Amino acid sequence: MPSRYIFAALALLCVAMMFISYTTGFAGETLGRISGYIFVPFEQGINAVGGWAREKADSLEDLADAQARSEELQAQVDELTLENSRLTQNQYRLEELEELYELDETYSEYNKVAANIIASDAGNWFNTFVIDKGASDGIAEDMNVIAGSGLVGIVTKVGDNWAQVRSIIDDMSNVSAQVLSTSDLCFVKGDLQLMETGLIQLSQLRDPEGEASIGDTIVTSYVSDKYHAGILIGYINELTLDSNNLTRSGTLTPAVDFEHLHSVLVITDLKQTIEEE
Amino acid sequence: MRRGAVMALLIIVCFILQSTVFQALSLAGISPNLLLIVTTSLGFLRGEKEGMAAGFFCGLLCDVFFGSLFGFYALLYTFLGYGSGLFHMMFYDEDIKMPMIWMALSELVYGLSVYFFMFLLRSRFDFGFYLTNIILPELVYTVVVTLVMYRLIRSLNRMLERWEEPPSEYSALSGRPGGMDKQTEDFE
Repeated sequence: MPSRYIFAALALLCVAMMFISYTTGFAGETLGRISGYIFVPFEQGINAVGGWAREKADSLEDLADAQARSEELQAQVDELTLENSRLTQNQYRLEELEELYELDETYSEYNKVAANIIASDAGNWFNTFVIDKGASDGIAEDMNVIAGSGLVGIVTKVGDNWAQVRSIIDDMSNVSAQVLSTSDLCFVKGDLQLMETGLIQLSQLRDPEGEASIGDTIVTSYVSDKYHAGILIGYINELTLDSNNLTRSGTLTPAVDFEHLHSVLVITDLKQTIEEE
Repeated sequence: MRRGAVMALLIIVCFILQSTVFQALSLAGISPNLLLIVTTSLGFLRGEKEGMAAGFFCGLLCDVFFGSLFGFYALLYTFLGYGSGLFHMMFYDEDIKMPMIWMALSELVYGLSVYFFMFLLRSRFDFGFYLTNIILPELVYTVVVTLVMYRLIRSLNRMLERWEEPPSEYSALSGRPGGMDKQTEDFE
């Protein structure tokens, strides 16, 4: 059979897969499940070697004991920062809403699963990564992923023993957020052009009075249908008035250091949304 | 069959290396595209069919683990494997310059396609930025890695050829088994 026919057939198959993927959200789940068992053990192995090398390098710098303690304290600081941002938000919301109605919503402690990053996107265009926990550990699509005290991203694909996470600095990421102090809504978008500076885009901040200022905390908003409310995203770095004179946009510094990210926490509670009829 | 298994293993190893070790070795956030090297090299050394098969397999892996639109990378890599396969008989595989030039071209096509379909269509218009910051650095890095990788894949290919059949008179001269040649196929 001439190879151009094979090529045409393969190309047609790919286009059909793209079409099906676009219309039905099919993402090769069965393939992913099978290949997970082939790749994940190797990736975990390489990751373990990398982790071991990292640890060796660390212990040269300071004592293992101090390191363990600082890790412990860091975890506590992260926990407290997370709780603090939640509580601060609670307070602002409380003041606002107390007069309106009795607030029965509480931010209960989220259930979390720790996971290691075992592979990063093979190309240079996107910022997705693969973690070593999957459906068998209770991970499902659209779960929020955090590291330390800040938002990392969201689970976009799940295999049995792996899951794909799209980080908030990815060019396709778009998170509905709000300024903690004023509760003004905005969008946080990843941008490849800003990647090297370590910043992400902040846009459509509805703040005509200019109440938000540089350094203000940005958290996920309550209107988002996938992200839990009140997770720390970062701090405003720059703000300018848009040409429409109504909204502001700028950049923000994420709370998570994406350059040195090795392990993450997956919040296994999905955000509860009202089912659409 | 044995060839298929060895090639699948090669691709799997490259995929794992690329998504783990080479991401850690990235220079200025840019890492080389090993899968493209494998696809293009196999296309060169073995012709369109194997180039396409390798490309399809590589692309599928990218789609499964990192893709957002399933099938996009599979199509792109299949195309590039097919394209380099067309140049199968046009040069001696001893020469490293042609594969490098073709690799650069493949990288360019790859970069431009990803930019066009994944970025331009989402109204990211600053082409100059993406060209100088992503496409060209990746191209240069990949071409440099090709210097080593191509030789490795070529010697792997020769080893497999020696396994498969004893060298005939023709292939002893050109370094390729005669029966697999596109030209001889055409003559028949």
